[in-house]
Amino acid sequence: MKLTQNIPVEHSSQNRILEIKPQNSVFNLHLKDVWEYRDLLWLLVRRDFVSFYKQTILGPLWFFIQPIFTTIVFTVIFSSLAKLSTNGAPPALFYLAGTVAWNYFSDCLTKTSTVFKDNANIFGKVYFPRLIMPLSIIFSNLVKFGVQLILFVLMLFYYLLEHRVQPNWYILLFPVVVFLMAILGLGIGLIVTALTTKYRDLAFIVTFGMQLLMYATPVIYPLAAAPAKYRTLITLNPMSGLIETFRYGFLGTGQFYTGAFTYSVIASIIIFILGLIVFNKVEKNFVDTV
Amino acid sequence: MDDFAIKVENLSKAYQLGDFSTGTLNRDLERWWALMRGKEDPFLKIGETNDRTVKGESDIIWSLKDINFEIKPGDAVGIIGRNGAGKSTLLKVLSRVTSPTTGLIKVKGRIASLLEVGTGFHPDLTGRENVFLNGAILGMRKAEIKKQFDAIVDFAGIERYIDTPVKRYSSGMYVRLAFAVAAHLESEILIVDEVLAVGDAEFQKKCLGKMNDVSKGEGRTVLFVSHNMGSVSQLCNQGILLKNGQVEAIDKISVIVDKYITSQQVTKAGYSAKQIDIETKSIVFTEVYLSNADQKINNDFDVFDFIFIHTNILIKQLVSGLKLSVTIQNKNGEYVSTFVEDISYFNDQGTGTYQLILKLDKELIAPNSYYLRLALFVHNAMIYDLVEMICPFRIHDTGTDLAFAEGADYGHFLMKYKLEKVEKIN
Repeated sequence: MKLTQNIPVEHSSQNRILEIKPQNSVFNLHLKDVWEYRDLLWLLVRRDFVSFYKQTILGPLWFFIQPIFTTIVFTVIFSSLAKLSTNGAPPALFYLAGTVAWNYFSDCLTKTSTVFKDNANIFGKVYFPRLIMPLSIIFSNLVKFGVQLILFVLMLFYYLLEHRVQPNWYILLFPVVVFLMAILGLGIGLIVTALTTKYRDLAFIVTFGMQLLMYATPVIYPLAAAPAKYRTLITLNPMSGLIETFRYGFLGTGQFYTGAFTYSVIASIIIFILGLIVFNKVEKNFVDTV
Repeated sequence: MDDFAIKVENLSKAYQLGDFSTGTLNRDLERWWALMRGKEDPFLKIGETNDRTVKGESDIIWSLKDINFEIKPGDAVGIIGRNGAGKSTLLKVLSRVTSPTTGLIKVKGRIASLLEVGTGFHPDLTGRENVFLNGAILGMRKAEIKKQFDAIVDFAGIERYIDTPVKRYSSGMYVRLAFAVAAHLESEILIVDEVLAVGDAEFQKKCLGKMNDVSKGEGRTVLFVSHNMGSVSQLCNQGILLKNGQVEAIDKISVIVDKYITSQQVTKAGYSAKQIDIETKSIVFTEVYLSNADQKINNDFDVFDFIFIHTNILIKQLVSGLKLSVTIQNKNGEYVSTFVEDISYFNDQGTGTYQLILKLDKELIAPNSYYLRLALFVHNAMIYDLVEMICPFRIHDTGTDLAFAEGADYGHFLMKYKLEKVEKIN
C-alpha cells in the first residue's frame, strides 16, 4: 500500500506534555486551542452556509426572502394599520433595518443556546475546543447577516436618491454595533446552554422569550416614540441602544443616545465574559449530564 | 528521561445514576453548599466498587477507580473487559471528551481518537466536503487533509462518488470513507473504540491492516478496545484487563486475553439448565460438563488428554430420528468443528433422563480456548434444545512442536504432516 507516505509530524507537540486533570482554572479558555482549530471553524461556517440551500431551487436567495416578507408584513400592520411612528423614516427601510439587526442577534442567541444539546453526539465522541461550535454559529449568522445587509444597502440607496434618509457619521459605529450584538447574543446563549445541560427549563423560556423581547426592544418603533415611563425600562435591554445606534447611523432619523449606547457596550462585554466563564466550566463534563 | 506516551495516575471517574429532575436540584444545591464551604462532596463516597448487580448505597457510580498505568511509545495496547468494566469511559477520558473526577493523565504528543466513524458527517454535503469537515473535527489542519486527500479517497475506494452527497451513499461506502479519513490522521497516539465491527469482511481486514501499519510500520502508539479477542490479539502487543472499573492486570496481550477468557470461566464451569427450561421443553439438556478420564469436572486440559463430554438429557416425549450435535466454538464464537450423534436408540427405553459420555481424541485440538455448542434436533423438522458458548475450556500446550510459542494463537487443530522432500531447485 502506497498510502502511508509517512509525512513527518511537524508539530511541536512531540515533546509537549498534555495534562488531563479534573478541573482546570475557570479562566483558562483554551484560546490557543481555538486558534489551532481555526480551519474547523471555517469549515463549519461553510457547512452551515452550503447545507442551508442545498436541494433548493432558489438557493442563497432564500436569505433575502425572509426579511423581505417580514418587512412587508410589518409595514402593512404596524405602519399602515396601526399607524405607529417611524420618526419620519421610510417605514419599509425602518422595519428592514430593525428586522435584519434583530434577527442577527436573535439567531446568535437562540442557536447558541442549544449548542450543547444539538451537538451532544459530536461532543460525546471527539474532542475539539467546544467554543468552536458557538463561534461557528456566530460566524454563520454573520454571513447570513451580511447577505441580508446587501438587501438593506440597496434599499438604502434607493431612498438616498430620493433624499428621504440622511446617513451621518455614526455609521462608523456600525462594525462596533455588529460586534456587540454578536457577543451579546453569544454571551446570553452560552449562559443558557450551560445552564440547560442538566435542567432544560431555561430552554423553554428562550423560545417564547425571544419573541416577547423583540417588543421590548425598539425594533418596530423608535425609542423616542415609547412613553417616557417605559423608556428607562426599555433601555435596560442592552439591545435597545445598539439598534437605535444602528438605525441612527444609516437613516439619520431619531437621535444618538449616549447613555444607552455606553450602557449597551458595558453590558454586552460583561455578559460575554460571564458566558465564556460559565460555558468553560460546564463544557468539561456536560457529556455526562446532557 | 522516562519515556512514555501516556501515563495515567490514580484516575477515577464517577457518574450519577438515575434521572435528573426536581429532586436532583435539591441535592445539587446541597452539594454546591458543601463545596462552597470547602467541604468534601457529600455524594462522592469513596469505597464503593462498580458492580452493577449489587445495589449500592449512593446513586453515584465509580465507572473508573484508581486506574494507574503507563504506555510506552509505539505500543499497541488492547483494552479488554466485560461490558461495564469501564473501557469506554477510559477511552472517553483519554480522548478528552469528558474529564476525570480525580487523578491525572499525562500525554506526550497529539491524540486522535476514533470512538465512532463519521462523527460530524453532514448528509447533505458531498464526500469531498465531508472529508475536510470530518478531518478538521478529528484535529487535522486543512493543509494536512489536502495532502492526504488522494490517499483517503483511494483507501475508501469511492472515487466516482466523491462529489455526491453522502446521504446517497450505501452504508458500506459511508463507513469506508469515514474510516479512511480517520486512518490518515497524523497523530502520535491513536485511540480506537470498537469501530471495526462495521463494513464487510474485506474492508474489516483492510482496516486491521491499516491499523497494523500504523502501530508497527509507523511506530505510533495505538489504544484499541474490542470484544473481538481475535483482532485484539492480532493487533496489539500489550493488554490491559479492566474489571469493575479497576485495572485487573497489565501484561502481554496473549496473557491478558487468556486471563479474560478464564475469568469468565470461573463463573460457570459446566452448564445446568434453568428450571423453566426443564419444565417447558419436551427434550432438554439438564447438565453438560467436561472431564478428564478420572470423571471429575474439569476445564483445563493437556493437549495429550482425552476430553470427555458428559451430557444429561431429559426426554419427556419420544420422537424418532432424534440427533445430538456437538460443535466446538472458538473464543470468538466461530464454529471450529461439529459432529452429530444419532440418539434415536433412547426410544427403546422410554422417557427419562439419560447420560451420554462422549470421548474426544487427544492431540487433535490445538492449545487454545474453546466453548461448546450442543443441540438436540430432528433433521429438517425441529430443534428441541440448543445451548451455545457453554463449558468454556482451555487446552494447554505441554510439549507439541509449538510449545515454545505458548500463549500465541496458532489456530484450532493440530495439523498432522510429514516432510515429503527437500531439494535445492535453484
